[in-house]
Amino acid sequence: MTLDAVAWDALRLSLWVAVWATVIAVPLALWIAWILARKEFWGKSLLNALVHLPLVLPPVVTGYVLLVLFSPNAPAGAALATIGLTLAFKWTGAVLAAIVMGFPLMVRAMRLAFEAVDPKIEDAAATLGASRLSVFTRVTLPLIAPGILAGSVMGFAKAMGEFGATITFVANIPGQTQTLPIAIWTALQIPGGEGKAAAMALLSCTVALGAVFLSEWLARRVALRIAGAP
Amino acid sequence: MKLRLKHHFSDFTLDLDLEAGSGITALFGRSGAGKSTIINAVAGLLRPDEGHLEVGGETLMDTTRNLHTAPHKRRFGTVFQDARLFPHLTVAQNLDFGTRYAPKGSNIPRNDVIDLLGLNALLTRAPNTLSGGEKQRTALGRALLSAPRMLLMDEPLASLDATRKHEILPYLEHLRDGPLKLPILYVSHAVDEITRLADTLVLLKDGKIAAQGPLRDVMSDPAAVPLIGVREAGSVIEATVQSHDTDGLTTLKLHAGTLVLPAVTASVGTKLRLRIKAQDVMIARTRPTDISALNILAASITGIHEGTGPGVAVTLDIGGEVVLARITRRAVIALDLRVGTSCFAVVKSTTIAPTSVGR
Repeated sequence: MTLDAVAWDALRLSLWVAVWATVIAVPLALWIAWILARKEFWGKSLLNALVHLPLVLPPVVTGYVLLVLFSPNAPAGAALATIGLTLAFKWTGAVLAAIVMGFPLMVRAMRLAFEAVDPKIEDAAATLGASRLSVFTRVTLPLIAPGILAGSVMGFAKAMGEFGATITFVANIPGQTQTLPIAIWTALQIPGGEGKAAAMALLSCTVALGAVFLSEWLARRVALRIAGAP
Repeated sequence: MKLRLKHHFSDFTLDLDLEAGSGITALFGRSGAGKSTIINAVAGLLRPDEGHLEVGGETLMDTTRNLHTAPHKRRFGTVFQDARLFPHLTVAQNLDFGTRYAPKGSNIPRNDVIDLLGLNALLTRAPNTLSGGEKQRTALGRALLSAPRMLLMDEPLASLDATRKHEILPYLEHLRDGPLKLPILYVSHAVDEITRLADTLVLLKDGKIAAQGPLRDVMSDPAAVPLIGVREAGSVIEATVQSHDTDGLTTLKLHAGTLVLPAVTASVGTKLRLRIKAQDVMIARTRPTDISALNILAASITGIHEGTGPGVAVTLDIGGEVVLARITRRAVIALDLRVGTSCFAVVKSTTIAPTSVGR
């Protein structure tokens, strides 16, 4: 059981992709979660279905759809290419795949958190002089912090583990798009690669466990603050 | 504050013209009379079907012009039935929440509010560790410290048990009589609260204003008896503490005569207001002797108001003070009571509950 350069590269890439995916997806997921929790509009159920689609589709299909939309000669891909952003077969594409796959989990956790906040408390804040933005930052946001945290951890974990959509969309290029799960799968394809695969699987478990412990610790701190402990 | 409001519900329409000046204006009506809707419309939390709101010459709402000033710009500090404290903040942080939005220089001194409401020992506590009464006191302090132009109170004591409620009423009396002089719109369906607190009373019925005026006038109006409820209706009179007696009773001085009731805590010389329920007042043609009731006051009848039931509301003049009595029609006939008849009002001391006595 040894970890070679390929394994460390894959870990680095996975962490890099997962961090980017989480950072980009959290504000977006927060916005969508807020809309779904608090707004009534025509097409709400459609938006909801769209957000949840990657959860129910086979990941390969999601990857394929991304490929169709964002390959360099597809309209969306071509448009992004003009601003110098290429997604297909790049780590950036892995980020997109991770965002799309983790999005339903993030939105779900955050939406539940929004729904748990009594709008009457927000009303009370408004009568005390707080503008809508102040109400959001000083009342709503602190109250949903645990939900944001839970959603972020789930999104991060999903990004670390994403396989099907990623390999379909950005293939398997060592150092470029070969994330840790893809590297494990690759090692298993080579006779005698089991030891390497086992080492990387262990690495993957370690990272996942670390993320869980970190989030538990953060959640406790947030919960303490919400409970109003001095 | 001037409010004109029309709002349709599935089973009735709220339609009223309301004016609230200084002091406490109490809005009384049964549950479901649309009282909270009025508060929410004034606070800006609800857009009524039709409405116009003007405060100090400033128009805050005018549905004909589609004008709806946002709640945070209206500056109506609101105290709700459920205290609605911010659960993630301490009592002190809750109190300070609105301070940063208050216009500069308009702040009521923080320590005054904390002292007035007895919040000193609670400052570091979390809302979920407070009792119901403590929560409401915090919510009240929080609203005061946001330097509102007017305080809106929506059944602030309704979720408290009787003991807690009567713990808070004195704080509200202090607020009314203290140096703050903040106008308050107070909504309630509890007669003991409004008779202790209100300066002006507005009675709501079926979405409309059925009576309004100075508290004592409305409470002494026989026509208001069915609106208030026959068992709760009764005049509010003013009296001064004359002496605390050794047998556990307190003697109050009225305009004419005295009134004896179970001991009140106020010191001698304090002015009190008390409600004498109409159903607790008996009428006698001659001064009764050998009777256990301690209060027998010479009176003359100024009005006899027949209702639809067997009861009759009789207004009595007791040395310039109007007192309502509710007796049966049969008794009116038997005693041959008419307007102008001289008689005696008999009130048992023990019928005047300490909770009906306020400042």
